[in-house]
Amino acid sequence: MKTPLLADGSAATFWLPEAASTFAADHDYLYYLIFWISTFFFVVMMGAMAYFMVKYRRRKQGETTSDIHGNTRLEIAWSVLPTLILGVFFVLGFRGFIDTLTPPANTLDINVTGQQWAWSFTYPNGGNDSVLVVPVGKPVKLTMTSVDVIHSFYVPAFRAKRDVVPGRYTVLWFQSDKLGEYDVLCTEYCGTSHSLMLSKVKVVSQEEYDAHLKGLTGCQDGQSLAECGGVAFKRNGCSSCHSVDGSKIVGPSLKGVYGTEQPITGGPSVIADEQYIRESIMNPMAKIVAGYPAAMPVYAGRINEEQMGALVEYIRSIK
Amino acid sequence: MSATSIDHSPSHAAGEHGHHDNYLVAKKGISSWVWTVDHKRLGIMYLVAVIFFFIVGGLAAIAVRSELLHPGKDFMDANAYNRMFTLHGAVMVFLVIIPSIPASLGNFVLPLMLGAKDVAFPKLNLASFWVYVLGAAFFIYTLVAGGVDTGWTFYTPYSIKTGSSATTALLGAFILGFSSIFTGINFLVTIHKMRAPGLTWDRLPLFVWALYATALMQVLATPVLAITLALLVLERTIHIGIFDPVYGGDPVLFQHFFWFYSHPAVYIMIVPGFGMISELITVHSRKGIFGYKPIAVSSVAIAFIGFLVWGHHLFVSSQSALAGSIFSFLTFAVAVPTAIKVFSWIATLYRGSIAYTTPMVYALSFLFLFSIGGLTGLFLGTLSVDVHLTDTYFVIAHFHYVMMGGTVIAFIGGVHHWWHKFTGKNYNEKIGVIAAIIVFVGFNVTFFTQFIFGSQGMPRRYWSYLPQYHTGHMISTIGSYILAVGLFTAFFNLLASLRNKGVAPERWRGVSLEWETATPPIEHNFESIPVVTHGPYDFPEVRAARTGNGH
Repeated sequence: MKTPLLADGSAATFWLPEAASTFAADHDYLYYLIFWISTFFFVVMMGAMAYFMVKYRRRKQGETTSDIHGNTRLEIAWSVLPTLILGVFFVLGFRGFIDTLTPPANTLDINVTGQQWAWSFTYPNGGNDSVLVVPVGKPVKLTMTSVDVIHSFYVPAFRAKRDVVPGRYTVLWFQSDKLGEYDVLCTEYCGTSHSLMLSKVKVVSQEEYDAHLKGLTGCQDGQSLAECGGVAFKRNGCSSCHSVDGSKIVGPSLKGVYGTEQPITGGPSVIADEQYIRESIMNPMAKIVAGYPAAMPVYAGRINEEQMGALVEYIRSIK
Repeated sequence: MSATSIDHSPSHAAGEHGHHDNYLVAKKGISSWVWTVDHKRLGIMYLVAVIFFFIVGGLAAIAVRSELLHPGKDFMDANAYNRMFTLHGAVMVFLVIIPSIPASLGNFVLPLMLGAKDVAFPKLNLASFWVYVLGAAFFIYTLVAGGVDTGWTFYTPYSIKTGSSATTALLGAFILGFSSIFTGINFLVTIHKMRAPGLTWDRLPLFVWALYATALMQVLATPVLAITLALLVLERTIHIGIFDPVYGGDPVLFQHFFWFYSHPAVYIMIVPGFGMISELITVHSRKGIFGYKPIAVSSVAIAFIGFLVWGHHLFVSSQSALAGSIFSFLTFAVAVPTAIKVFSWIATLYRGSIAYTTPMVYALSFLFLFSIGGLTGLFLGTLSVDVHLTDTYFVIAHFHYVMMGGTVIAFIGGVHHWWHKFTGKNYNEKIGVIAAIIVFVGFNVTFFTQFIFGSQGMPRRYWSYLPQYHTGHMISTIGSYILAVGLFTAFFNLLASLRNKGVAPERWRGVSLEWETATPPIEHNFESIPVVTHGPYDFPEVRAARTGNGH
């Protein structure tokens, strides 16, 4: 379905962003249907008002007006007509909504974890990434949960949004037939860096997707262990809270931290050695560095041993 | 001076009757205000408090908009910004809009409109005011103690985990709820029991009908908020595990509880505005209201259906598809009586004698802004479209068109409408109209823009944003400055009038009972109990038409 304002059905218009999912055309059609019907009624109402404002402006104090209390026919008309139109909006919106909630059978399934303040995507082969990479033309089903507070997964270009709730799974599906990179935004307020909880969906060819998947689970040939850890550091969202240049984001910067003594909230200080780094990733609440919030999610079960070794090596290497 | 068929001789000058002084000077000293049970003085005290907090909330809004001039940090970091938008929302909802029309204007005018000496329970009225002050004190304490960063909606589990002083803010809102309930009970009983002889239900000014519907909702919905906030405080303090999934609770349950109050609260906020507009349009166009009964009954219908639509805030929250569909359907059902009201107001102008007074300019401005607010609600009520628009600036724009373009504009119009009744002074009409126009322009520049970049996907409650939303944010911020200039102009125009000497002549010539008493009214409102023989909008100009038509 095309609308007058959507020349090729996908480019951004004055009102709506670029459209890149199979839902988008339906959504945009209904958006513009409501838009134009609303505009029509608004113009009629304001037109009547403006006409009355000019025609019946007070010319002299005490001029006779009119003894009108209503008009049954008119009142029935303006009760019934909106009811019918709203009924149409309801039905069309309901159908579109059910479509967005009903994934087809042959979906590619990806798990999504929301945490303050990063997205993590887990692929069928167990690999993790902080961006969502999906093959073009294939229905994708996201099974989503949060490890802390409520987030909401939103891709404006897909017209898709669903809350990500701790303690339960929510599902969102889409299919994009258009190669490209699209913004992922968090749309449920989740604290300090809510507005920085951003990511991307990359819609790529099947070959690119396969290659990407392969690269997620382990270190690549020719990569040093520290380099491999650096990639894991980004993919697991570590860099959204820990800088490597000494600046404070949310947690402590990891620059030069290896081997130093760290003060601990409510306990004796510790040396930041391999053991402590490992513990802090797997079970962050065990020993929290003094002066920082107890905000980091638990990574036990989300990172395999190869990645862990690489991460420790990477942190050691940040001087 | 005012044409009337009421069987008593109203006095329009203070002090004419010797020992019956006007309410402002009848008793002297600070304690005569602090412990007053006079609904008029309480109305004025509420008015002062509401305007004070409106300025506080407004300055917070300006801070928020200024921070959003550019992506990234302008002058506040993310934590300060989050506290600022929470402050803006919480103050505007709990301390300004909810009490604005009912507790300030309503308190003052309701007994006058009914021909009563006071509200049914004057001491409860006094208690309501001081409970409000106590609740407000908790809010101010929260602010001083470092602020709260949950948003005014206090969604769990963030509001459980955050270290900011959310507990005191919650207690503040809890206490404010009681103030709202007290006012509601008082108004219900007053309207039922204290109408003057001859003031039948179909002769009530529509403002009274609106206050009646509002009071019903206040009494029925506010206890749910109290329970919800109390549970949240317990969750924060002793982890009872109602809302926190870590202890087996359900975070989405909080949203159901919260909106079970807060959606009716939306109508607690807007319905008094509807009532206000019915008064402004009739008096300033010298016409009877078009469709008295539909307007009166639709207020009560909206109050009722308004209880059943809370789930439209939860379409993407993981609420079931069935629930979402039912809530969408009911949301459209509540849109119909609202549309009927707007049509009826516009039809009222037909063959009227429209004066472009300050209150009337606000009323016309309301019709324009509220129509946009209502129509954009259709996008959000439509399930599949809401998925894209919810939690974006489209929603922000929508509810500002309703809450500010609707309620606040009606409130400001009402303050101008009854300013002379309150104070005996006339403000400068020309400056009043100019201020109203600046407010109108500033409002649209600020908020219409937000429909556009909201539709483009800009999420709400963002301290920073992606570069494609920059232009929209800049225009919106500039609009907010224009809006602020308009509001301050209106404010200082009203203040300036207080320096005038003596009692100025009355200009509007309304015919409902509040116009039949002295200005400012005497302490006990009426020299003798009035008897009502006509409807609230039976202006001489209308009666002339009736006789002219041979009725």
